[in-house]
Amino acid sequence: MVTFLIILSIALAVLAVGQLMRVFEATSKLRGDVSPLPTDAENKYQSRMMIVLMLSYFGFFIWLMARYGGHLLPISASEHGETLDTLLNFNFWIIILVFFITHIYLFYFAFKYVFSADRKAYYYTHSNKLELLWTLVPAAFLAVIIVYGLSSWIDITGEAPKGSLTIELYPKQFDWTARYAGSDTTLGASNYNMISATNPLGLITKGSLEQMTAEVKAEIAELQEAYDAAPEGGLAKEELEEKIAKKNRQLDRINSFGSLDAASLAGGDDDILVKSEFVIPRGKEVSFKFRSRDVIHSAYMPHFRAQMNCVPGMVTSFHFKPTITTAEMKEITQKDDFEYILLCNKICGAAHYNMQMTIKVVEPEEFNKWMAEQKTFAESIAPADETTAVKAEENGNEISMIAQ
Amino acid sequence: MGATAHTDHHHHEETFISKYMFSQDHKMISKQFLITGMIMAVMGMIMSTLFRLQLGWQGESFWILNFFLGDKWAPDGILDPNMYLALVTIHGTIMVFFLLTGGLSGTFANLLIPLQIGARDMASGFINMLSYWFFLASSVVMVSSFFIETGPASGGWTVYPPLSALPQAMPGSGLGMTLWLASMSLFIVSSLLGGLNYVVTVINLRTKGMTMTRLPLSIWALFITAVLGVLSFPVLFSAALLLIFDRSFGTAFYLSDIHIAGEVMEQTGGSPILYEHLFWFLGHPEVYIVLLPALGITSEVIATNARKPIFGYRAMIGSILAIAFLSFIVWGHHMYLTGMNPFLGAVFTFTTLLIAIPSAVKAFNYITTLWKGNIRFTPAMLFSIGMVSTFISGGVTGIILADSALDINVHDTYFVVAHFHIVMGLSAVLAMFAGVYHWFPKMYGKLMNRKLGYAHFWITFVCAYGVFFPQHFLGLAGVPRRYYTNSEFPMFDDLISINEMVSIFAIVGALAQFIFIFNFFYSIFRGTRSSQNPWGSNTLEWTTPVEHIHGNWPGPLPTVHRWAYDYSKPGKEEDFVPQTVPLEEGEMDGGAGH
Repeated sequence: MVTFLIILSIALAVLAVGQLMRVFEATSKLRGDVSPLPTDAENKYQSRMMIVLMLSYFGFFIWLMARYGGHLLPISASEHGETLDTLLNFNFWIIILVFFITHIYLFYFAFKYVFSADRKAYYYTHSNKLELLWTLVPAAFLAVIIVYGLSSWIDITGEAPKGSLTIELYPKQFDWTARYAGSDTTLGASNYNMISATNPLGLITKGSLEQMTAEVKAEIAELQEAYDAAPEGGLAKEELEEKIAKKNRQLDRINSFGSLDAASLAGGDDDILVKSEFVIPRGKEVSFKFRSRDVIHSAYMPHFRAQMNCVPGMVTSFHFKPTITTAEMKEITQKDDFEYILLCNKICGAAHYNMQMTIKVVEPEEFNKWMAEQKTFAESIAPADETTAVKAEENGNEISMIAQ
Repeated sequence: MGATAHTDHHHHEETFISKYMFSQDHKMISKQFLITGMIMAVMGMIMSTLFRLQLGWQGESFWILNFFLGDKWAPDGILDPNMYLALVTIHGTIMVFFLLTGGLSGTFANLLIPLQIGARDMASGFINMLSYWFFLASSVVMVSSFFIETGPASGGWTVYPPLSALPQAMPGSGLGMTLWLASMSLFIVSSLLGGLNYVVTVINLRTKGMTMTRLPLSIWALFITAVLGVLSFPVLFSAALLLIFDRSFGTAFYLSDIHIAGEVMEQTGGSPILYEHLFWFLGHPEVYIVLLPALGITSEVIATNARKPIFGYRAMIGSILAIAFLSFIVWGHHMYLTGMNPFLGAVFTFTTLLIAIPSAVKAFNYITTLWKGNIRFTPAMLFSIGMVSTFISGGVTGIILADSALDINVHDTYFVVAHFHIVMGLSAVLAMFAGVYHWFPKMYGKLMNRKLGYAHFWITFVCAYGVFFPQHFLGLAGVPRRYYTNSEFPMFDDLISINEMVSIFAIVGALAQFIFIFNFFYSIFRGTRSSQNPWGSNTLEWTTPVEHIHGNWPGPLPTVHRWAYDYSKPGKEEDFVPQTVPLEEGEMDGGAGH
């Protein structure tokens, strides 16, 4: 009913305006005013409005600066971020200057040179001198911007220094997992065929190979059972057959990882996986590696001026050195609930808007303490009461599954 | 659109179908493109208003959401996150392709190219007609995707795989995405048929005396736009084709190492980055496919209404050519953070920033054209001045985004949204309005109401900046685009009032467009009849009769003797000298000789 009334009132409004227009046009025809061109009064009015427009536009800009300028990102919490902020400010000064100057000319000329039947416009077709001037001046400014910008870019995207703390960020719809390289400082091998509930990153270790092989085999057995029970010649049977074949192919791929050398297989055991929050030490270069499990995501850490896409099938990287701890930033921003965050910045599905992780920056000693408390991957996949058995296995027992 | 039906100078019988539907006359095809584009634009605008309701008042209930989207996509009047993404996606697709590519080029290239170069019609009327019908078919397919169970494509207008390739990733990647790809394939065919026609017509059918350096800048812009389209749209077609293969035939051009919905995908070896390269190889020239016609229209309207030659005619042509050339070697600036080699990023930063030079030349030349002009503030002129303002305001922030180092922190935030909506969206839409107000007398033989035009301009322009200017601040605060809500992040709480303000401007601005639509249709049927050359223009289209006839000129084709910008030339009685007036003895042609 409401809908109908609204449609009705819109229709009536259109009709009313239409009638008004007819009256208006009829009277203006009576007055003989059918010229397509604006009247002198209209020209004058619109030209003055150009100045009003300019002042309101500038006023709006300044008001926005005053009202929201203080609610932008706080000072950079990373070393390269300070360089970027300086570069950004440098660029902003230039473009704001250009913005004001060009707009003043644009609106002032529009105001000043309003039509008058008494005069003619100045017939001015071109000026090589002027045109050269406004080709070369922007070119000179741009040369500075390019050189300044690219030197920062090259510094930032260079190799991470040796001895950096390596962390992998691994997104999926719609959360993140962070992985630390552990005591051996290298990330263990991984593959998406190895992903399971207990192994969300698909790490390849002796333990996970064993578990995964058993898991896939059990799935195949289950599917086989259903296949045997399904009626002959049915669609379900065909589908099941396909599924079994697919699982077998996955099993083959998993088995092929068994041929990795022992060092590679051991690489993942000491890795540390964390969810919902990860911790980094202040003053130490952190080298991030990114993969993705399903679609493209983007790891955006605005407070550190850091961002990199996470692309399935690729490893991408970014590194930075945090300079301000979370506790210090709480004081700087005067917000007790301040937290550094990692958020997803590439459209990735329905819950894209809530795919986040908290980042804690702490002093190095505190970081070491925290690390020591974390479970390694080997510990996490071992059944709770059999940790000792896994330890024994690590000490050199053969993994029989791989030999198959 | 029946205004011109009264008289028919032509000999052979025309039925309603051959005149209004399967017309091969460029003037009618131009109107068909315009009206279809307007219908698409209204849909795109309603979509944006709907998602602005959600963004302005996050999580609140609006009956109008439920009215448009039903219980499935807006239960209890609260927008569904999947539908939010679908609205954003289709809004972008419609505005970029259907309004500002098909609608803008389709309308003005069809109307202006034959009329301004002095040709009787397009090189091929039949191909021209096909171009419109493919455009209409693709529009219908695109809109139809709202009426399927899983909803329209919703991976963003760039539809990056794997998100767009895997129906498991989101509902919109099912049938909706198939329809999107089908629609875009039809669209590309339309665009290529149209573009080839425009190029051939401009090269071959110019009338006697119409040298390339006497062409109005509108024609230069539309001509180069068509060249860009012909060179870049096929690349989008290949991107779409490979995506269709990946989606339906198990290939792996874009897919590798994916584990989704508990399943291991067997496709390996592909790369989503390949898609991004192919997409943006079209995608960046596309920006100029949208922008160049807008700049061309602005050049005409400003020169005519400032009663002054466009300043630096040859520099304007040079900058169109420079922009067009550079537009093919800057696509990587959309991909600085994809993991592309940083060195490549540096190269693209360099080429991208170079574009600022010809763009600056254009802006300065427009401003100089106003200097010491004799300015008549028609609605078209107001929209053109507005366009120069948005072109500058949006252009300068491009310098930040072009800089790969600075892009790190503003990439994919609202800063980008503000930038491209102002520089590309607003500039092109404002210029399109300017074009419609300016050439309406040529299209329909009537004048649009000026008072309504003023009201339309002021509300639109104020709201346009009200919507997009504050979004720079959201971006600098780190708010990502394409977020259904910002409420999951306490750090964005201080900015909620910006979102509300933006939404209010968006709604008022959207409502103001009905002033235009009313004025448009009212004027077609009841507008004041126009004289042959209402604005006192120099270009050839104003030498044709007010009532449309096949072949445009009743007698022989006009001969051109001078450039298009002899406004207020010293020694002339009138303040304009049409291109058909021969040069007097000793008189220099204004465009010649540098």
